[in-house]
Amino acid sequence: MDFNDTPEEAAYRKQVRAWLDKNATRKADAKGMELPRDLDALIAESKAWQKKKADAGYACITWPKEWGGGGGTTIDNVIYSQEEANYLVPGGIFAIGLGMCIPTVMTWGPEEAKERFVRPAVRGEEIWCQLFSEPAGGSDVAGLRTRAEKDGDEWVINGQKVWTSGAHFCDYGILLTRTDPNVPKHKGLTMFWIDMKDPAVEVRPIKQMSGGSEFNEVFFTNLRVKDSQRLGKPGDGWKVALTTLMNERLAVGGSQGNADTDDLIELARDTTIAGEPAIRHGGVRERIADWYVQAQGLKFTRFRTLTALSKGETPGPESSISKIVAAKKMQDLGSFGMDLQDMGGVIRDRKLSPADGAYTEQWIGAAGYRIAGGTDEILRNIVAERVLGLPGEIRVDKDLPFNQAPKGK
Amino acid sequence: MNLDFSDDQKMLKEQVRKFLADKCPMSVTRRVLDGDEPYAKEVWKGLVDMGLTGTAIPEEFGGLGLGALELCVIAEELGRAAAPVPFSSSIYLAAEAIKLFGTQKQKETWLPKLASGEMIGTVAISEGTHAAHPRNIETAFSGGKVNGVKQPVADGGEAGVVVVAVNTGGSGEQAVSLAIVDTKAGGVSSEAVRTLDPSRENVTMTFKDAPAEILGDKQGEGWSQLSRILDGAAVLFAFEQVGGTEAALEMAREYALERYAFGRQIGSYQAIKHKLADIYVKKELAKSNAYFGAMMLNDEGAELPEAAAASRIAGSDAYVFAAQENVQTHGGIGYTWESDCQFHYRRAKLLALTIGAPIQWKEKLVSRLEAKNAA
Repeated sequence: MDFNDTPEEAAYRKQVRAWLDKNATRKADAKGMELPRDLDALIAESKAWQKKKADAGYACITWPKEWGGGGGTTIDNVIYSQEEANYLVPGGIFAIGLGMCIPTVMTWGPEEAKERFVRPAVRGEEIWCQLFSEPAGGSDVAGLRTRAEKDGDEWVINGQKVWTSGAHFCDYGILLTRTDPNVPKHKGLTMFWIDMKDPAVEVRPIKQMSGGSEFNEVFFTNLRVKDSQRLGKPGDGWKVALTTLMNERLAVGGSQGNADTDDLIELARDTTIAGEPAIRHGGVRERIADWYVQAQGLKFTRFRTLTALSKGETPGPESSISKIVAAKKMQDLGSFGMDLQDMGGVIRDRKLSPADGAYTEQWIGAAGYRIAGGTDEILRNIVAERVLGLPGEIRVDKDLPFNQAPKGK
Repeated sequence: MNLDFSDDQKMLKEQVRKFLADKCPMSVTRRVLDGDEPYAKEVWKGLVDMGLTGTAIPEEFGGLGLGALELCVIAEELGRAAAPVPFSSSIYLAAEAIKLFGTQKQKETWLPKLASGEMIGTVAISEGTHAAHPRNIETAFSGGKVNGVKQPVADGGEAGVVVVAVNTGGSGEQAVSLAIVDTKAGGVSSEAVRTLDPSRENVTMTFKDAPAEILGDKQGEGWSQLSRILDGAAVLFAFEQVGGTEAALEMAREYALERYAFGRQIGSYQAIKHKLADIYVKKELAKSNAYFGAMMLNDEGAELPEAAAASRIAGSDAYVFAAQENVQTHGGIGYTWESDCQFHYRRAKLLALTIGAPIQWKEKLVSRLEAKNAA
């Protein structure tokens, strides 16, 4: 056992580091520098960085070169991500498009669509979003109600999506619709790509509990799309959507600026319980130990997955535990960090609060993180069903035509 | 990146697994628990015949000269079977203690016997219902004799050699030394003590002017030696705990699939599905921590103390949780004497206590983290 690279991996890492050193600034040397806060400026910088990466073969590293990718391996991709994380570069706005939407277009789209969209997306020229969730279809995505009706060579779309990340700055999206309400819900769905700039598409930002606005509601009023924009056959939308969801990227990133046990130890030194340093209190010490053990468990679970990738094997199902543990830990640790500040824990001000206000921010953010991309409950179902082989949920609407299935408001 | 066992190590694991599945089903654990045998002698003999007791003992002392990683895979399988054998006392503890800190002569005297399985060894630390600490160890060593009472001592009734934590005078940690006692040399008596898991023998061990010598050649180093010995054992016990967790989860899963209530398999209810998913999550956290523990133990890495503590905390948490929820998943039948659920329930708690409770290890861990954070 060791954490070393193979000679090929080491060579690739060296090459990546040299390129990054030439083209970006290390976070360690970036004192006072930061990424633009203004959205337009951030998008411009993100696009410029993506283009540079594409030119050097570091965009979509595992994709074939003929599609603009790097022609590399999964472990190359992991190495690049690990190294890039040390530099002050913009990231994120292409993740959904390149991680989920474009792979769906590549798998199901007609040749013209692939020719038209794949390269510009890889080069960061166009940004994509994914339009699946609806007010009536969250965990149960297939319960969605947005209608698409055939009209000659076109489809007319009416309805509403919700929780669409980045819809306000995206150029294109993939949209899951109901084309046949007379068959059971999974059988009446069809996928399209759409132009987000079409006037029949209206994007309204959602103000989150945290105060931020990263997601949107998207409304369609008589949006007309060509039949050639269809991805997969009519009625095959669920199968197509599964491709999208299967392409969710392997989460290999580090922490997202959250406070962890090291920060908590520092905070517990600076705060008191009954006049004594909080760090001397058994209750505090036990929690620090528990979260440290969880964090180490997640880290080495990731290392086990990387080991399998490095050997060219398929990783086991162990990585499925990651978000279940990480999201709750993020919430609990944030909450406890606020407790240590006692009455002052109510303050939400980066200048006044310890660790740049991280405890409060992660406590608020975790409420969303425990839901986004699969709730704690759905993820436990997935572990129980796919890993442990327990029976699937009883679905009372499985065989009923969608328009006769029981529904809420 | 390689946080995995080698193909050879996996093959060894498979061999041990097959042997135990064949020769050490739960009916053997039940037999030992129900009867007067201190351990399952035929299973022990089989393990000895496979050479497993000598795995990590150097060849010059009659072992195979393999490393900690081989011991880890063996431990996982012993844990899966809840095997009623003195492997942990004799190998993870006594043999490792002598191998790490014994003089050449002590190694020559004891290791070949432990490697060949002709003798069982153990360590004696606890003196009753409180955690051992340099301030409270009363068993004393002076003039080459040990006097005092140790309780509970795992496998003490069968042990030919015991490494005993003793008070040799002096202050703080320097008050503690480790002594080697030959139980055949007189002055040692053992009496079985009733415990929560009678499938593993524990005794009260009384020393009256028992002839002994200090482990190694210097007095006053026992507490730090013990700390290192227990770190290694913590990693190995963590693998037993991972194996036990997997076995308990598998039992619960099988029952959840075959048992029907209200017209459905109980494994189709989310209350059960989520419970079993939670066991799986804890098991994977325990396994990943144990893997890093194995790596640190094998490399004698600087992070061994933290990795060992994390392995022990996660392993204890996973196995105790799995064993408890396995009974719960079985419902009433799981609480009966005839059910096998009890073996994991008992063993999980025994393992969580046997080289120090999780709360003690958490304290040890946080002390280390504090020191590192301050540096």
